[in-house]
Amino acid sequence: MLKSLQIDPEKCTGCLQCELACSYENEGVFNPSKSRIKVFNFHEQGRMVPYTCTQCDDAWCMSACPVDAISVDAETGAKVVSDAACVGCKVCTIACPFGTINYNASSGKVIKCDLCGGDPKCVSACPTDAITYVDANWTGIDKMRNWAAKTDSGSQAEA
Amino acid sequence: MAWARNILRVNLTKGTCANEPLNMDWAQKYLGQRGLATKYLVEETDPKVDPLSPDNKMIMATGPLTGTCASTAGRYSVITKGALTGAIACSNSGGYFGNEMKNAGYDMIIIEGKSKKPVYLFIEDDKAELLDASAYWGTSCWDTEEGIKAKHQDPQIRVASIGISGEVGVKFACIVNDMHRAAGRSGVGTVMGSKNLKAVAIRGSLGVKVNDPEKFFAATAAGKAVLSENPVTGQGLPAFGTQVLMNVINESGALPTRNSTEVQFEGANSISAEAMAEARQGDGKANLLTTAACFGCTIGCGRISTVERSHYTVAERPEYQIASGGLEYEAAWALGAATGVDDINALTFANFICNEQGFDPISFGATVGAAMEMYETGVISDKETGGIELKFGSAKALTDLAELTGKGEGFGAEIGLGSKRLCEKYGKPELSMAVKGQEFPAYDSRSIQGMGLTYATSNRGACHLRSYTVSSEILGIPEKTDPTASEGKAGLVMAFQDATGAVDSSGLCLFTTFAWSLDDIAPQIDAACEGDWTAERLVEVGERVWNLERMYNIRAGFTGADDTLPKRLLKDAAKTGPAEGKVNELGKMLPEYYELRGWTADGVPSNETLERVAL
Repeated sequence: MLKSLQIDPEKCTGCLQCELACSYENEGVFNPSKSRIKVFNFHEQGRMVPYTCTQCDDAWCMSACPVDAISVDAETGAKVVSDAACVGCKVCTIACPFGTINYNASSGKVIKCDLCGGDPKCVSACPTDAITYVDANWTGIDKMRNWAAKTDSGSQAEA
Repeated sequence: MAWARNILRVNLTKGTCANEPLNMDWAQKYLGQRGLATKYLVEETDPKVDPLSPDNKMIMATGPLTGTCASTAGRYSVITKGALTGAIACSNSGGYFGNEMKNAGYDMIIIEGKSKKPVYLFIEDDKAELLDASAYWGTSCWDTEEGIKAKHQDPQIRVASIGISGEVGVKFACIVNDMHRAAGRSGVGTVMGSKNLKAVAIRGSLGVKVNDPEKFFAATAAGKAVLSENPVTGQGLPAFGTQVLMNVINESGALPTRNSTEVQFEGANSISAEAMAEARQGDGKANLLTTAACFGCTIGCGRISTVERSHYTVAERPEYQIASGGLEYEAAWALGAATGVDDINALTFANFICNEQGFDPISFGATVGAAMEMYETGVISDKETGGIELKFGSAKALTDLAELTGKGEGFGAEIGLGSKRLCEKYGKPELSMAVKGQEFPAYDSRSIQGMGLTYATSNRGACHLRSYTVSSEILGIPEKTDPTASEGKAGLVMAFQDATGAVDSSGLCLFTTFAWSLDDIAPQIDAACEGDWTAERLVEVGERVWNLERMYNIRAGFTGADDTLPKRLLKDAAKTGPAEGKVNELGKMLPEYYELRGWTADGVPSNETLERVAL
């Protein structure tokens, strides 16, 4: 079963445990500035929003890469950058509409979420389940369930 | 490992920034943050120095765990001689700034001297420079933070700054980072202002390593599980924030009300966590918008709130129709119960102004409470207040004074003196509810006996965060003691003080200790740091830090006579509640405390004690 990251900003407290886990997994140090997932804090609105690559099927970054450095991980569906092939031209960072693939000046390569090979560390690090890893075909199941519950209680109340 | 092993030394007089290695022998003795920075301050400055002189130094310090994935490990502290107190000051803050400092490769930033003109310190990893701050001088913490991010075209910069209050010498000015987290007490922001340093702005990308990653992940995961399963850190604080305490403390008859003339506030429920979550009459929304965690925190006690748009404070001012941090319990008490104001929108607005202009809501609210008592008893009048009708319960007086104090204008400049100086000025020193010049927080020591000893002996002046015996006396953590009894409290206070000294030196948040003992914390430090770190060794560090701070204060001129409480708490009994008829029994607790500490009857650490704690 293909899975995908599911982000629920309402549950995010802005603790950045996801960024810590991501940077450690990928860089071997705690370094949020090198995290593939970022939490944005909209202070005046009191909103915290985690954001990362959604692993597009027809991925702009992959199409744009002139050296075919980005490929699909058959098991997870993640678009994965090959450091050996990447020349650091940054064309993918221009092509991506969401900004979720970025250049890393210290390595001279681009970095993006690769779903940690199917065990996303941001998910296990999140203390509030704001980031989950769920059936890609049913990313809406929780919202459906919540609305179904409301719809049902509404009809009972009327009856 | 864990430590960056690197200090940035900034001399504002000379305009220089230089790196130097961290003294690792001291790191093994004092751990980091509060303990280690205090050691540096003690070694490098004269305790008799005027806090606002260029010869006073200000140290921003992280702990070894700061920037790691341990829960709550994003803390930094500011250590200096306090402008409010003239005692050792150590104010601890969360948010994201501490992690950024550590990720830029610094355990500490030592700031010396005084700049000729306003500057800000800008750090990108190993590059540090002093830049002209004239564009930000005279503006708020909010405008400064946003302005610096815009100027450098980098929204990921973290900023710690002072507001106008810190520039104009309000004695209890804070250093505010990340818009609403603050190194809040004792006037550390006032010291920063006296140095013409407007802000420290950091972008860090070097990363933080730990000594034994496998052990560290196991220890921190175990710690996080303990926090999430604990009723206080797993349920109470995430759901209600620190404000969960308002009704609890009021029912315990321990909510200092109207400048401590009473111990219960009839309006407590209106300013509680429950009130913050209630739908407002006007717009049907709650003041509480969402919860917010500091860096790395899996508890998430922070509150983000709004003021109702039709409220008089913001109705005509769209710039305040936004969300910001608060209310936290201590602020809600000081702005509310201490002044008798029960209008939650007024409290939230006053708290916004504290965030915006960078001043401590505890000292501010408590000083307004003292001024209100002087006004009501005819000591001061409209002439002194500039026409502000300063009656207990007046929301308008509170919010007007918040705005005036934020800018050091009108009667706000007098409030900015703090209650000790203000009450002395008008010949009523006994009306200042303070110890060593610092206003005490939200627990009445007639009803929670241990807190009286806590305030009296706190090295930074009255403070709940040096030995939070409320945990034991009210909440029963780690075990319940009778809040109205003074027996056994000397030992309890000492144990809390020593444990707290270690936690404050680690990079962790003290709030973890509702669930964690040092046995939970030691394995995390042990895995992260070189050396063998046990709970016993952490207690030793805590005791060493406590005695080091004590010796600083003694050399600064404080004596055992300063370990006291306002007369009101020692003479005027609680009028209502479970402790009705009780005063604080400091006289019984203090000699026992000195003895347990190994101090003389005058409160001076004996030579044997100093030797025992390796000072």
